Amino acid sequence: MFKRIKATETPRVSFSFEGQPIEASTGDTVASALMLSGQTHFRNTPISQSERGPFCMMGVCFECLVEIDGIPNRQACMIPVREGMVVRRQKGAIGVETE
Amino acid sequence: MSYDTIVVGGGLVGAAIARGLCKLGEKVLVLDEGDVAFRASRGNFGLVWVQSKGDGMPEYARWSRHSADVWPEFSQDLLEETGIDTAYHKAGGAHLCLSEEAWERQSALIKRMHNVHGAAEYGAVMIERKELDTMLPGLGPDVVGASWSPHDGHASPLYLLRALHDSIARSGGEYRAEARVEGIAKEGSGYRVTTRAGSFSGAKVVLAAGLGNRSLGPLVGLEVPVFPQKGQILVTERTEMKFSMPTLFVRQTDEGSFLLGDSHEDAGFDLTSRPGIMADIATRAIRSFPFLKNLRLIRSWAALRVMSPDGFPIYQQSESHPGVFSVNCHSGVTLAGAHARTLAPMIARGRLEEPMSAFSRKRLHVQAH
Repeated sequence: MFKRIKATETPRVSFSFEGQPIEASTGDTVASALMLSGQTHFRNTPISQSERGPFCMMGVCFECLVEIDGIPNRQACMIPVREGMVVRRQKGAIGVETE
Repeated sequence: MSYDTIVVGGGLVGAAIARGLCKLGEKVLVLDEGDVAFRASRGNFGLVWVQSKGDGMPEYARWSRHSADVWPEFSQDLLEETGIDTAYHKAGGAHLCLSEEAWERQSALIKRMHNVHGAAEYGAVMIERKELDTMLPGLGPDVVGASWSPHDGHASPLYLLRALHDSIARSGGEYRAEARVEGIAKEGSGYRVTTRAGSFSGAKVVLAAGLGNRSLGPLVGLEVPVFPQKGQILVTERTEMKFSMPTLFVRQTDEGSFLLGDSHEDAGFDLTSRPGIMADIATRAIRSFPFLKNLRLIRSWAALRVMSPDGFPIYQQSESHPGVFSVNCHSGVTLAGAHARTLAPMIARGRLEEPMSAFSRKRLHVQAH
């Protein structure tokens, strides 16, 4: 669905999304790398659990939230991919430990 | 085309009054400034708060309580009419005390407020830490206890504003944006209001333009000594619901975000979020609920309260311009119920009745110049 305007010479990095390996170019954001690999379902909303993906791609809309290396609610469009990153869907509201 | 009432200002105050007037069958026009307006309504923390209101002014204490009393039905009416839920919860409200000294201070306030309301009607109590732990999870070690009132609650200011505007439209009221008022002149037995979007005639005029009332008042023989008091708010990411009871500094919205707030600054018309105050707000919130330190902040904003010299609302009618009113307060959410259901009928009848005389500007003895 998405493709690069032109191939870049930047080094490749690999990371995982929901356990699947994804190839990307250095400098890609997590959001663009995921969309280039055909992924558009990034999260489920806290209220209705509906499926969402990136909308603004500039850090404003908070639609592209994912869990990265165990940290929830990260903005995929604002974070460059790094080798070995473990990315998962953000499934609704996070839990909080109050004890 | 002539209106029964022209309401100047489309924020929570103006919209609540306009909605009340529409429900009484009046033909109403709301003139709104537009997106450049300071719009305290969009920055409101969202408390419907009674327990500490009116220390030194019993009429304000009772007026706030009256509004909280009508809020459940007011909110339900809006939901049934518009399908928009204001997210109002009358869960009671807690003012956390973070030191023995704060506890003593708050105890003294609660005692004074008992005298203001009459002990039987007030209903706020001091709650010690052990009992408070059964009411709110995750309290920090610094929390000594809290004052608590069953009349307090919270709502979404944004959904409330949207519901009010939706109700106005459904009731035949008209709304004009980008219609900053530039002149008000007598015309027959009514008034001609001139704006950037044209001029309009109305039998009555309500000034509900927040800080704008200061310059609009003199056009109709009213002195409106209001000034901006800045408040900043921080918003966390959404989490599972932990508590539905609001506290004065921290509340969780229906969507799961925590709002952290309650700063007070004299900073003129400055609307920028400043790190020093943001740090103070976050520090106090984390002392109250340490688990908040693990949450990411996703948003912050500043807004300007519409303050009077003594902090109490100003309601007045013009002596030189009959049928012109000004409404000024910083608690647009708390007082929305009273404005729609009690103040609007007075305006429809053409005069402010009791208990409103106590809220006249004359109490302030402000020098005109």
